[in-house]
Amino acid sequence: MASGEPLTASGYIKHHLQNLTFGNHPENGWSIAHSAQEASDMGFMAFHLDSLFWSIALGALFLLVFRIAAVRATSDTPGSFQNFIEWIVDFIEDNVRGSFSAKNDLIAPLALTLFVWVLLMNLMDLVPVDWIPEFAKLIGVEYMKVVPTTDPNITFGLALSVFALMIYYSIKIKGLGGFLGELTLQPFGKYMMPVNLFLEGISLIAKPLSHSLRLFGNLYAGEMIFILIALLYSTNIVLGALGGVLQWAWAVFHVLIVLLQAFIFMVLTIVYLDMAHHKH
Amino acid sequence: MNINLTLIGQTITFIIFVWFCMKFIWPPIMKALNERRKTIADGLAAAAEGQRERERGHQDAEQLIEQAKSQAQEIIAKAEKRGAEVVAEAKHEARAEGERIITAARGEVEMETNRAREQLRVQVATLAIAGAEQILSQEVDAKAHEQMLSELAGNL
Repeated sequence: MASGEPLTASGYIKHHLQNLTFGNHPENGWSIAHSAQEASDMGFMAFHLDSLFWSIALGALFLLVFRIAAVRATSDTPGSFQNFIEWIVDFIEDNVRGSFSAKNDLIAPLALTLFVWVLLMNLMDLVPVDWIPEFAKLIGVEYMKVVPTTDPNITFGLALSVFALMIYYSIKIKGLGGFLGELTLQPFGKYMMPVNLFLEGISLIAKPLSHSLRLFGNLYAGEMIFILIALLYSTNIVLGALGGVLQWAWAVFHVLIVLLQAFIFMVLTIVYLDMAHHKH
Repeated sequence: MNINLTLIGQTITFIIFVWFCMKFIWPPIMKALNERRKTIADGLAAAAEGQRERERGHQDAEQLIEQAKSQAQEIIAKAEKRGAEVVAEAKHEARAEGERIITAARGEVEMETNRAREQLRVQVATLAIAGAEQILSQEVDAKAHEQMLSELAGNL
């Protein structure tokens, strides 16, 4: 809660949905935004410090844990930690082998990174919504949004990178002509080129959009419901108890969404890149 | 919910993370997994081979036992046959020996008989001479002759 604002439901929700923004304010120069208005005044020249911090921290955690497993990996009998990591790797390998038919050494590590990273970021949603922001407030940080995947910058960052890889491999494998041909010569043949371009263009643009917005939307909605449930705690003891039950129930259900969305994000990445490797 | 430089930051982070994963995480884990897969496959193959080896050994042993049994049977049969032969030979020899003893005994008896007969003949001649002497020296009467003759006969 930003200091000075009255404790209202809408204020609470807005506060929870505000990123910690560091950017170039037209009046204050490079600084941390102290309100939603200041943050939006910064326009494009701004960073969401909280999203980036949690995203990088969780990604680094993933790399650290898996790097330990990779260093320890031998052909001997694995321990339970080793076994768990290798089970995940094997799961990714199976998925890549099942959906991706061309040969490309980038795809499997890409899928592994995306799956575990997105899963870890999604899992932050299960931490009770006030814990980390309240702690951040204690050490003087005004805003703190802990689930990076509820920030469209993060999901678009991932999806657009995948999109760039898609375009790159399309052109690399099929040649520029082949790529443009796919955009313009189907589904109706060369005399309907503008229509073809229109349809295929939409289908092309829709891929990164749906890819990132699906993840963002699911997690944002889930976070929103947690925030609404958390509002019950500040009413009275009966509603507060109800809120506890609801939060638990929603968290149980949300585990499914968290896992499913990470999995879908990974599978779509594999499928899109597989499409980029094949002539239609 | 503003789109801003966070997007670029996330993209750069993503590229670095994927590069790291591709370079330092995926290859060693996949290598270990493949090696372990091979180790397990080899182990299973070795176990199957051991099983076959064991069965083969079992069969060999059974064959050997069978062979030993039949050899033993053969040896016993031979021994029995040899024993029978020895007994038969012994019987044969014993019979021959017996016959020889009997023959020898018979010869001796004959010799004894002949010798007795010879002696008898000598004695008969002596008696005849003695009888003739008596007859010539005494009167001859019927009674006396009868008595003399019966004496003679008694001496025979």
